[in-house]
Amino acid sequence: MTSTTAVSEPELIEAVPLRHTGRWIAATIVLILVGLFIYGAATNDAFDWSTYWKYLFDKRISQAAVVTLELTVLAMILGIVLGVTLAVMRLSPNSVLKSTAWVYLWIFRGTPVYVQLVFWGLFTSIYRQVDIGIPFAVRLADFNLQGIDAAFTFAVIGLGLNEAAYMAEIVRAGISSVGEGQTEASVALGMTWAQTMRRTVLPQAMRVIIPPTGNEVISMLKTTSLVTAVPLTTDLYSKARDISGANFRPIPLLLVAATWYLFFTSILMIGQYYLEKRFARGSSRTLTNRQLQALADAQVESMESQEKR
Amino acid sequence: MSETATEKGADRPMVHAEQVHKNFGALKVLRGITLTVDRGEVLCMVGPSGSGKSTFLRCINHLETVNAGRLYVDGVLVGYSEKHGRLYELAPREAARQRRDIGMVFQHFNLFPHRTALDNIVEAPVQVKKTKKAAAVTKARDLLAQVGLSEKAHAYPAQLSGGQQQRVAIARALAMDPKLMLFDEPTSALDPEMVGEVLDVMVQLAQEGMTMMVVTHEMGFARKVSHRVIFMDAGKIVEDATKDDFFGTPRSERAQQFLAKILQH
Repeated sequence: MTSTTAVSEPELIEAVPLRHTGRWIAATIVLILVGLFIYGAATNDAFDWSTYWKYLFDKRISQAAVVTLELTVLAMILGIVLGVTLAVMRLSPNSVLKSTAWVYLWIFRGTPVYVQLVFWGLFTSIYRQVDIGIPFAVRLADFNLQGIDAAFTFAVIGLGLNEAAYMAEIVRAGISSVGEGQTEASVALGMTWAQTMRRTVLPQAMRVIIPPTGNEVISMLKTTSLVTAVPLTTDLYSKARDISGANFRPIPLLLVAATWYLFFTSILMIGQYYLEKRFARGSSRTLTNRQLQALADAQVESMESQEKR
Repeated sequence: MSETATEKGADRPMVHAEQVHKNFGALKVLRGITLTVDRGEVLCMVGPSGSGKSTFLRCINHLETVNAGRLYVDGVLVGYSEKHGRLYELAPREAARQRRDIGMVFQHFNLFPHRTALDNIVEAPVQVKKTKKAAAVTKARDLLAQVGLSEKAHAYPAQLSGGQQQRVAIARALAMDPKLMLFDEPTSALDPEMVGEVLDVMVQLAQEGMTMMVVTHEMGFARKVSHRVIFMDAGKIVEDATKDDFFGTPRSERAQQFLAKILQH
């Protein structure tokens, strides 16, 4: 600034910060309680920490953890694909599709997932073989279901079909949350229904869909421990139970399983945080650093050009 | 006039409506609209709310389907195809093709909140017209400059004022090189101090010879740039007059009452 136009600006405020006495008291109490718990856990023989450390990175446990991850990923993929289909069916003007989706939701949300998994385990006793062809007339091929070891497949199907019912509601809520004006603007620009869905509606629906889907993934990871109902015995929880059945130390092995579950859910929570951030773009008036910088530059520029005059 | 569909040449009207009716269930919203809008004409549509102005505008780019009568844009029947004396509903893809070169500006802007100002403008040319991204971006920057918002290219709609959002929305519509621009109460949702900046852009557009149909309550704008004013009431055109006649000596009593009310303030 040149001296002729300079106006002395007031000093920046340097106030004494507020004291948060309550926070310090709370922190002290919590620290004492945590300390007591850790001391108790470390000295209590029932926790059997040496066994815990021995099995934490045991190969059988880490292999079982991989199975749990596979179950989670495959069941979620099945759940999301089927869920989106069901959501679109429920929103479609076709009343046959609409009621089909409703009945699906009614059954799969209305019965416990544990019961559904037991049912899938018994599937091969109900349907001994699958025929492909025209009913009552031509038989092209048949598969003997009892011949294959299908516990893993049925676990994925059982978890996935149950999940689809919940995903359908989440996706439907997301699509409904996007205002009519958005569809109208897209259509007025000459976009087709598919383009409008893909480019305008779904990206905005994602902001509503992503957070609960993240919860669903985390929930699914834990629900996989129920596959013992199928019965599938290669997942994390079943394997931990297996081992403790042999060495009679259930507590440290439960802690081992819990640690692995917690590790995976923590990673998922971090991923969810970044996904949510990405899909929240444009929803807030708060400026990004890049935008603030651009505005600051423009401000300096306009001040300089005024001074030149 | 029924030969309009087969008329050829640049002198055919941009919009031609014949006895257009539109019902929503039992409610008759349009009750026989007959109107011709020439190329380069700026038409203001005024009238009390519920008179069917917006609905008629939405019929023109087939956001609503007419129930009776015929509506032509640039000589092409809107929403239907006519073969052997029968009307066939258009497939969605065909309807989308018809809308491409009709720009529309909404009362509530309807910008895409998840895209920056620039991306809002680039979207339709790239997705619908399959324009190369780089060319679309260059053009979008020109359009942003035209509406005076070059420095806001990377801002999201939520970070723009109402007036700025509406200017971006106009630029977005212009990016498709429309032959006709429809404005549905473009300034009604704006603070008074922002109305001017949007109207300035529209005045400029009118002076460049764009064919415009504007539903508005801005009598100042109607007076300044429109060629013609139609006054609608209860689904009919009550008065169709040149701007000077309309503001000077409106013939219908209903229009006189309306003007008296609106110009009092």
